[in-house]
Amino acid sequence: MDEFLASLVRGLGTGSVYALLAVGFVIIYKAMRIISFAQPALMVTGAVLVSYLTADLSFWIAVPIAVVAVAGLALVVERLALRPMIGRPVFVISIITLGVDIVIRVVVNVFIGRDVRQVGDPWGLSTVDLGGVAVQERYLAMLLVTGAVVLALFGFFRYSRTGLAMRAASFDQEAALAQGISVGSVFAVSWAIAGGLAALAGVFVGTGGGVDQQTWIIALKALPAIILGGLDSVGGAVVGGLVVGVVESLVGTYQGEYAPWLGQNFAVVSPYVVMLLVLLVRPYGLFGTREVERV
Amino acid sequence: MAGLTEVLRGRRLSGRPEFYTSYGQDMALLNTAPKRRAVAAIVIGAAVLPFLLTDELLQLLATGFVAAIGAIGLNLVTGYAGQVSLGHAFFLAVGAYTAAALSGDPDDRTIGFGITFLPLWLLAAGLAAAAAGLLVAPLAVRLRGLYLAIVTLGLVFLGEHVLKEWKQLTGGPGVGRPAAVPEMFGVRFDEDGEFFTAPQKLYLLMLVLLAIFAVLARNLARSAVGRAFAAVRDRDVAAAVIGVSLPRYKALAFAISSFYAGCAGALLYTVSGFFDPGSFNLQLSVLYIAMVLIGGAATISGSILGALFITLLPRFTRELPGVLPFVSAQSTGTITVFQIEAILYGLLIIVFLIVEPRGLYGIWIRVRNYWKSWPFSY
Repeated sequence: MDEFLASLVRGLGTGSVYALLAVGFVIIYKAMRIISFAQPALMVTGAVLVSYLTADLSFWIAVPIAVVAVAGLALVVERLALRPMIGRPVFVISIITLGVDIVIRVVVNVFIGRDVRQVGDPWGLSTVDLGGVAVQERYLAMLLVTGAVVLALFGFFRYSRTGLAMRAASFDQEAALAQGISVGSVFAVSWAIAGGLAALAGVFVGTGGGVDQQTWIIALKALPAIILGGLDSVGGAVVGGLVVGVVESLVGTYQGEYAPWLGQNFAVVSPYVVMLLVLLVRPYGLFGTREVERV
Repeated sequence: MAGLTEVLRGRRLSGRPEFYTSYGQDMALLNTAPKRRAVAAIVIGAAVLPFLLTDELLQLLATGFVAAIGAIGLNLVTGYAGQVSLGHAFFLAVGAYTAAALSGDPDDRTIGFGITFLPLWLLAAGLAAAAAGLLVAPLAVRLRGLYLAIVTLGLVFLGEHVLKEWKQLTGGPGVGRPAAVPEMFGVRFDEDGEFFTAPQKLYLLMLVLLAIFAVLARNLARSAVGRAFAAVRDRDVAAAVIGVSLPRYKALAFAISSFYAGCAGALLYTVSGFFDPGSFNLQLSVLYIAMVLIGGAATISGSILGALFITLLPRFTRELPGVLPFVSAQSTGTITVFQIEAILYGLLIIVFLIVEPRGLYGIWIRVRNYWKSWPFSY
C-alpha cells in the first residue's frame, strides 16, 4: 500500500509538470488552432536559463526571471515566425513551430554542453514523511505550484478583460474582431503564457536530476495529455496531465512485476498506449468539443 | 468530316504544341514537348553520372534516391490526401526490419531466413508496412488534422520502444544488425564486381527503382484515385457528399504511403550495410516531412528534389570548416557542423513555408513562367 501511495504521489508530481505543459499547448491551440511543437524547446530554455542564473541569484529570483524571459522569447517567435502565417493551413503552421523547436534547441544545447546542468533548486532529493509514506519534497512543490498557477489562470480567463478577449477570440475570431478585440494581441498573450508555463515546467523537470540534451523529450508527454483531455479544454489538459503522470508512475512501479514481457522502460511509452485506447472510444478526448459538420 | 474524326482521335495540330484536342493528350504523363525533352535529358544524365562522379558521391546519391521513394510515399498521404502523418519513421522501420529479417543470414545472432532475392524481400517489406498502415487507417478515419498527427507521433514512440526491446530482430540499441542483402540473379549490388564498383551498382539499382516508383506514383496521382485523394484533402465533408468513400480512400492513402515507406526503409540501409533500432525516431519522421515541404507538397518531382536536397545538405555543411574557420568539424567545438546542419533543417522548413509554400518545385515553376513569357512580365 505504501508503495502504491508513494508511486501515486510521484505520478501526481510529474503529472502536474505535464499539466503545466499541456495547458500551454491548449492555450495556443485555443487561440490559433495549431499545436505548437516549439514547447519542448521553450521548456528546456527555461530550465537552462535558471541553471545559469542560480550561479549568482537565489533560486526564487531566478525562476521568475526565467519565466518572464522565456515568455518574451515566445513573443518573439510568435511575431517573427507565426504572425506572417495567419490564414494558412494549420498543419503548415504547426510544422513551422517544429522548425522553430529545432532551431531553439540547437542553440540551447550549446549552452547545456555535454554534462547535466543542475537548476539549483532547494529540494534536491530530500523527502518528507506524510502519514508513514516517504514523499519527495519536490513532488509536493510541483503539485502545489501547479495548483496555484492553474487556479490563477482560470481566474484570469474568467474575470479579466484580456481573459474574456481570449475566450471570445477562441470562440469566433471574426466576431471577436468585429467587437474590437485585437486578435493579434490575443495570439501574442497566448504564446507568452504558454512560454512562461513551459519555462516553469522546465524548472520542475530539472529538479532532482538536472537537465541534459535529451530532456526536451519529456515535453512531448504533454501531447498524450492534451489528446486525452481534448485539445480545446484547459481543464481537460490538467486532468490529462495528471492522468499521464499517474499512469506512467504506476506502470513504472508495477509493470516489471506483473507484465515483464512489455520490456524495460515501457512506462515511458505507456501514456501513448492510453492515448490510443481513449481515442478509439472518444475521438475528441475526454473533455474536447466534438466538431459539428455542416454540409 | 475528316477534321472531326481527327479531333476525336486527338491528332496534334502542327505548330500548336499546347493545343490539345482530347483529354488523353491533356492528361498525358509528358504532355508537352519541352517536358519530353527535359525528362529524356535528366534520365540520360542520371544514367551517365556513375561514370563521372566519385564513389562517395554516388553512394550519397543512391541514398538520396531511396529517400526520394520514402518522400514520395509521405507526399501521397500528406501532400495528396492531406492526412498529416508524423509516423513515417515507424513504417520505414517495419519495411527495414522485414527485409533485413528475410534476407539475413540464418546462422547470425539476429533473426534471418536467408532469402536474398531482392524483388522478393522488397515486395514483402512493402506489403508488411502497408499492412501496418492499414492498421492505423481506422484511427485516421475517426480523427482529423492535428489529432491524427499526434497519434502517428505516438506510433513512432511505441515503435521505437518495441524495436529497442526486440533484440533478436534488431540486435538491440547501439548494436544493430546487418541490413538487407541486395542480390538479384546472382549479382550482389553491394560488392565490387568485374565491371562496376559497389556504389556504381547501387546507384544504378536505386535509380531504376526510383524511376519505377515515381512513375507509379505519378500515374496514381493523375488517376481517379488521385483525384479522390485531393478531394479528401481539400474538404472531406464535400468529398463524402460527392460520393468519395472517406474510410476507403483514407485507408488506401495510408496503405500506399506505407508501402512506399516500407520499400524505402528496406533499401535505405543496404547502402551503409548496417543499421540501429535507435535511428527510427521522431527526427527521421521530421526529416521526411522536411523533404516533402521543402520539395513541394503534392508534387512527385518535388519530393525527389526535396529528398536529394536534404540528403546532400550534410555533404555541403561538411565543407564549411574549410570556408569558415570558426566552424569545427569535430563534435566538440563551440560551433560544429552538426549544429549548423540541424539549424539549417529548422530554418529551411520555416523559410520555405513562409516564403515559398510550394517548395523547390514552386521556385522552378516561377523560373519557368518567367522565361515562358520573357521579355514580357506576364
